[in-house]
Amino acid sequence: MALDRWIALVFIAFCCVYGYAAFFTMDQLLPPFMQRNPVWPSTFPKILAVLGVIVGLIVLFGLEQPAEAKEKSATDINIANLREYKLGQAGLLLLAMVLYALALRPFGFLLATTLFLTGGALVLGERKLHILIPVALIAAGAVWYLVEEVLGIFLRPLPGFL
Amino acid sequence: MLEGFLIGLSAAISPFNLAMVVGGCLIGTFIGMLPGLGPMSIIAIMIPVAITLGDPTAALILLAGVYYGAIFGGSTSSILLNAPGVAGTVATSFDGYPMARRGQAGKALTIAAIASFAGGTLGAVLLMIFAPALSTVALLFHSAEYFALMVVGLSAIAAFAGTGQVAKALMMTILGLVLATVGEGALFNMPRFTMGLMDLQSGISFITLAMAMFALPEALFLVMNPARGAATQSGGSKITNLRITRDEAKAIAPVIGRQSVQGFFIGVLPGAGATIASFLGYAVERNIAKGAEQEEFGKGSVKGLAAPETANNAACTGSFVPLLTLGIPGSGTTAILLGALIALNVTPGPRLMTDEPQVFWAVIISMYIGNLILLILNLPLIPYIAKILAIPRNYLIPFILFFTLMGAYIGQNNATELLILVGLGVLATILRFADYPLAPLLIGFILGTMLEDNFARSMQLYRGLDFILERPMTLALLVLAALLVLLPSYRSRRARKRAEGVADGD
Repeated sequence: MALDRWIALVFIAFCCVYGYAAFFTMDQLLPPFMQRNPVWPSTFPKILAVLGVIVGLIVLFGLEQPAEAKEKSATDINIANLREYKLGQAGLLLLAMVLYALALRPFGFLLATTLFLTGGALVLGERKLHILIPVALIAAGAVWYLVEEVLGIFLRPLPGFL
Repeated sequence: MLEGFLIGLSAAISPFNLAMVVGGCLIGTFIGMLPGLGPMSIIAIMIPVAITLGDPTAALILLAGVYYGAIFGGSTSSILLNAPGVAGTVATSFDGYPMARRGQAGKALTIAAIASFAGGTLGAVLLMIFAPALSTVALLFHSAEYFALMVVGLSAIAAFAGTGQVAKALMMTILGLVLATVGEGALFNMPRFTMGLMDLQSGISFITLAMAMFALPEALFLVMNPARGAATQSGGSKITNLRITRDEAKAIAPVIGRQSVQGFFIGVLPGAGATIASFLGYAVERNIAKGAEQEEFGKGSVKGLAAPETANNAACTGSFVPLLTLGIPGSGTTAILLGALIALNVTPGPRLMTDEPQVFWAVIISMYIGNLILLILNLPLIPYIAKILAIPRNYLIPFILFFTLMGAYIGQNNATELLILVGLGVLATILRFADYPLAPLLIGFILGTMLEDNFARSMQLYRGLDFILERPMTLALLVLAALLVLLPSYRSRRARKRAEGVADGD
């Protein structure tokens, strides 16, 4: 089964869970005066859940006539080339983003950003650390200055213990 | 109209707002050139900046400038490197890149700049004529019609997604609407679908969603498939001689005239927009060109370059019509602009012109100024700005990721938002792999709250679903929406039956 149909299946399951929450768990909490209203907080979600399941089924069973397959160029996104893609690098960069999110508060903006930019470039194969680290430092400093001083949004610059 | 024009002129011409146009155009051009960051991502990154400005006029002027700049920057990388940074400029590379390879890069850029300028300016004139008229009509609309109109908009966006894609696009629209129901809405004052998580209490931030849907997957694809950004390594052709001849000017003038009007009206339609306008403009001009000129298309024809460039800029302007008059975005980019406006406490819609004329007219005036700046400021600077294309990708990609993270972080000041961003980004990447269009998801998300709001209001007014039958306009719009969704598949089914030689019995 092609990936898009798997996604449709997951989507249908998601709509069922969502619909279950809308149909069976939301209405008991409703105060009596609101029950006299023609619309409840659950009305719209109920409609969406039903529509979602219908559309999901159409995609799942391929009821709509698919378009003629276009020629894909080398730069297009193509699942058939998945094995040739650098999934490892992409995964490591995603991991770096998660670590950055977790490190932002305890390490402070400057250190976390410098580490992220350096680490990201290292993952991609950059080895000239004597250029990379100064560039990352300057960029982190410049962005911090712009955000904090010019935009007036507080970013904790230094690690929490300093 | 003249009065409004003058109000807008006085607001837009203030030194601060002029600086915003210039800055927006420059930033847009810079980032629009980079592969992987389209106008949607750039505008999403700029939103926190725009919101901090506090003044909705200045903010909208800045964002509109960024939008124009990004499209212009996208054309530049299409012409120089055959690497369109933006989908709307893919058609530009058909003839722009061959010209650059012939050593006429400078000339190609000039034609692109003039065509963009003319398309954008004529588009702004049309916007000035049509938007007030449309908003007069729109003032008669009630919540029932608004509900129906939004349904039409969402269906149109799905219907334009292409044959065989309508159901997928609808699925994404519904997913967007579902995501919009998360959190505590203003309507019912009770949290919904938060799963007890505090972080979901205020719902999902639309900037985070926009970043996750567009910027992050594109950056990941650049990592996974180096061929996608490979052009950045080569540095590009030399840009010399920016002049065009009188004959070339004569050849492109009628093209520009036709495509400005055509592009504008395509841009007004929800779901169509710059990409469709540019491809259609290219196809139309190729069809009406004669003999040798038609042969030239695809090999470096000046007409083939001017057509998509005019059309995409005119369409960008056209897409402001539904946004400013109805408050309904027709494209991903205008959806993001709508989100920004709401964050700034401005509700676009028919009342915008009467309540806040300075916002409305200042935006239109800044379109003229923005186009002028792109022509007179950016064109001479292009050889220098193009140097950004020589940045090695090892540096470029971490920075794109970093700006994506910052865009989501600054707005919320909450590190959990970044984890949501990464999670949604992975989801979006998988969806892109399976050929699901993502713009409908974002538009559904942004319209979701308004759609439910208007639906609930009409339900309350008519004590049930009667509003559909009692208001003919609503009924007509809903029928139109159903037709839009069903027609493409009906037509392809008919065509298939005819091809098989089976009578279809109608």
